Amino acid sequence: MTTVLETSGLVKRFGGIVATNNVSLQIAKGARHALIGPNGAGKTTVINLLTGVVPPTAGHIILEGEDITALSPHQRVRRGLARTFQINQLFADLTPLETIGLAVSERLGAGFDWWRLVGSKPGVVDEIVPLLERFKLADVMDERTATLPYGKQRLLEIAVAFACQPRVLLLDEPAAGVPEAERHEILATIAALPKDVTVLLIEHDMDLVFSFADRISVLVNGAVFVEGAPDDVARDPRVKAVYLGEAIDG
Amino acid sequence: MQMNVASPADQVTQQLARRARWGLGEVVFWLAVLASIFLLPSRHLILTEIAILALFALSLDLILGYAGVISLGHAAFFGFGAYAAGLLSKYAIINEPVLALLVSGAAAALLGFLTSFLVLRGSDLTRLMVTLGVALVLREVANRFDWLTGGADGLQGVTIEPLLGRFAFDITGHVAYVYCLVVLFILFLIARRIVCSPFGLSLRAVRGNALRASAVGISVNARLVAIYTIAAFYAGVSGALLTQTTQFASLDVFSFERSADVLLILILGGTGYLYGGLLGAIIFKLMQDWLAGITPQYWQFWIGLVLVLVVLIGRERIGRWIAGIRASVERLFGAHGSAGTKSESSRS
Repeated sequence: MTTVLETSGLVKRFGGIVATNNVSLQIAKGARHALIGPNGAGKTTVINLLTGVVPPTAGHIILEGEDITALSPHQRVRRGLARTFQINQLFADLTPLETIGLAVSERLGAGFDWWRLVGSKPGVVDEIVPLLERFKLADVMDERTATLPYGKQRLLEIAVAFACQPRVLLLDEPAAGVPEAERHEILATIAALPKDVTVLLIEHDMDLVFSFADRISVLVNGAVFVEGAPDDVARDPRVKAVYLGEAIDG
Repeated sequence: MQMNVASPADQVTQQLARRARWGLGEVVFWLAVLASIFLLPSRHLILTEIAILALFALSLDLILGYAGVISLGHAAFFGFGAYAAGLLSKYAIINEPVLALLVSGAAAALLGFLTSFLVLRGSDLTRLMVTLGVALVLREVANRFDWLTGGADGLQGVTIEPLLGRFAFDITGHVAYVYCLVVLFILFLIARRIVCSPFGLSLRAVRGNALRASAVGISVNARLVAIYTIAAFYAGVSGALLTQTTQFASLDVFSFERSADVLLILILGGTGYLYGGLLGAIIFKLMQDWLAGITPQYWQFWIGLVLVLVVLIGRERIGRWIAGIRASVERLFGAHGSAGTKSESSRS
């Protein structure tokens, strides 16, 4: 088993609050790894640390053997670490086609190409077409993103990240807020992601986690509480206590 | 159009290229501009002013309309280009106007590149202050070094040699107008090319959502530096055109009013489609000229009133009206077919 993404002793303090406490994760190549935990466990902070939105107080992040701790967010994307957002972060005024075309052009290094027409670089269109099909966006490719149904926006959210051809894809609550009727399409799309892409799923929804993940890390109070195969985690009485406790509190 | 039989790849190519296709309105606009050379010879002086202002506003549209960078000191680059062109010709460093124009633009671009790092960080408010400050500083610098710039008296004794060594600037302004139009048109074509390119698309992405833009691997700051530099070149060229066509440069090329006017012009015409600055400049100048004729003392009142109304009604709403008119015109001519009209209505 090769490790593709690794954190060692990751710590993040905001003033006196320890949001991430000595988190050491090892994500195996091709894994479907889920990061779960009750509200306020620090899942979002871990994602922000991994993607470079906030710098860690201590610790290292290693992507395919390379220390990326000091790299900016866009440099991490170029090295193969892409993410989706829990709350849609899309380009409201662009169409899905333009959005995906943008991601593909950028990956192919056409970002500063100011003379050529969008999509005229060889290979760009060939990459866009299967992406639109994989993420069921072909029929709405020409609509303004802001006017798309929420489910389609969630699909686009994943499609943009996937268009960066990541080695590791971070999915931050991909099905959050999606109406029941559109949910199936998203879950099916996530399940159909190619096996060579490693997925780290941050999720609240236990059905999705247990149907999808082959390994689960439970985060509590900023630290890794339990880690293991789904069956073991499901049986672990401490995990039950954490979640039941939360349910009673909530 | 036989959309149904086109393969997905063809459709994708077609739709991506759609923005770059010339619309009927655009062709009509430029034909009208061309016609103005022959049909309005007695108005060439004010038309020259409009062309220069239009280029200046086009420059602002590149950063505001496409990259979302607001500036209240865009005259810094206009003025820098204006003085550069004046000095180049006064001291006979470069006598050929076209070459001097390019060098002046490049000088402004260099200034734009250096000051771009100041506007990268911070909110819109910070940017307003920083850009305003840069323009004020430059104005004072020009004022202080009066041995070079003429200070408050302005830069006197600028004589412009014939264009390309052949076409001398005449008192009626015909050569100047054609010169300005040619420069405007060429720079417009380049701007149009830029905004339809992957680079232009990335600017719209940065403007729309910088967080996501960096999450698809875009270095947001590098893009902003690039477009700010390009816009400064455009502004510098427009300033240089003013010097070359009037054979004079004064401190008011850096003035706050000039920066504010160009912002108003762009807001009047609308941002983010390149024609906003052009149409805005035409409306603004004609309105100014017409109102000043009727009421020499109070024309600014009426301009102010129109601006307040435009903002109150909202450009979006006016845009919808225009889009509605455009859509019906397009239906009339059958120009774009279904895809074109659909995109118009969905954009508004």
